[in-house]
Amino acid sequence: MSTPPTQADIDREIAELRELRVTGDGGERHHPSRDYAPYRSTALRHPGQPLIALKDPDAAELTGPVFGVTDVTALDADLTRQHLGEPLGERITVHGRVLDRNGRPVRGQLVEIWQANASGRYPHQRDDHPAPLDPNFTGVGRCLTDGDGGYAFTTIKPGAYPWRNHVNAWRPAHIHFSVFGTAFAQRLVTQMYFPNDPLFPYDPILNSVTDDRARQRLVAAYEHDLSVPEWSLGYRWDIVLDGPAATWTEESR
Amino acid sequence: MNPTPSQTVGPFYGYALPFPGGGDIATGGIIVHGHVYDGAGAPVPDALLEFWQAAPSGDLTGAPGTLRRDAVNGAVLGRNGVDFTGFGRVPTDADGRWTLRTLVPGNGYISVCVFARGLLHHLYTRIYLAHDAFLDSMPSERAHTLLATPEREGVHRFDVHLQGEKETIFFDLG
Repeated sequence: MSTPPTQADIDREIAELRELRVTGDGGERHHPSRDYAPYRSTALRHPGQPLIALKDPDAAELTGPVFGVTDVTALDADLTRQHLGEPLGERITVHGRVLDRNGRPVRGQLVEIWQANASGRYPHQRDDHPAPLDPNFTGVGRCLTDGDGGYAFTTIKPGAYPWRNHVNAWRPAHIHFSVFGTAFAQRLVTQMYFPNDPLFPYDPILNSVTDDRARQRLVAAYEHDLSVPEWSLGYRWDIVLDGPAATWTEESR
Repeated sequence: MNPTPSQTVGPFYGYALPFPGGGDIATGGIIVHGHVYDGAGAPVPDALLEFWQAAPSGDLTGAPGTLRRDAVNGAVLGRNGVDFTGFGRVPTDADGRWTLRTLVPGNGYISVCVFARGLLHHLYTRIYLAHDAFLDSMPSERAHTLLATPEREGVHRFDVHLQGEKETIFFDLG
């Protein structure tokens, strides 16, 4: 068994891959490379063959699943009210809009979130981080976007937590998001981060997005007007769904 | 506008995304099942597969209600058994295995979206249940990776190989 990588090893790899990016063709790469080596679990789980472009105007993937009022309940969007008591932690709200690449709102579609509790622990059997579980917090939310593409969740700020990618690896606080567009080809699963987290430079998952501008789009903004007096701190995070090319026009790029 | 980048689904989606009956798009039709394997040929126990397909008529309208909820306690009741929602979601089990119960899509294929820990951006593939002209447009040595194998009446096997010699064809739908 080889020596597990240190943070310094990972830092060096992150820097090298970012350097390659900058000296490349100069265009912005929006999504991570699936073979991003600093995140070790990618090694055996990325395709070695190039993806095959599919340009069929009748493709099923240009349509997608639909959701409706029966698929969510009003309580789903408030993660602080799903148990008998109040969860521990800093109460926050996260507001935003889901848009397509033309800036059009994605209406009536499903947004799902999940997150660690305030101590950085998931209620998952395989999470053995010795931080307390919170009996009043599960960390799962759902809602449908409104007529403006808007979504809103009330929750608590998740904690950072350790993982075993390398020695002393810590994930910055984040909320997982799963978002549907009108086309299956617009599907997005991603993570929202909190502004000014000191762990940003050390995290290979966030840094798998090698373009600075693209990476910044994963970070929510603290917005004071969204904070509620004597109650909660407000964050805003808009989501723009990629593809498919057939639904957006060249000039709006 | 520039898109929001993708990030991995991670290892801990299991209490959030899967739901009871996620793989039962419809009963009384066919079963499609298989494994997800990594580049070393090991089963992937923490992948999540999503399926989207046409109704037997070929209709791609879908219907809401995949996650239909109990208004009293919020529990997932699931599809009502009348409307064809066309959408399914199945986590792989400890052996990397998944199972889908559905009806034969009118256009011949089921679209698949693969998520996993270690996969920073999901992958799209398709399950063809019988030979289709589309497969002739694929690289001939790999086209078979999109074709399910009939095992017995109404049961089809389809394995997903994320990497390696048997690597499944994945699509860029950009």
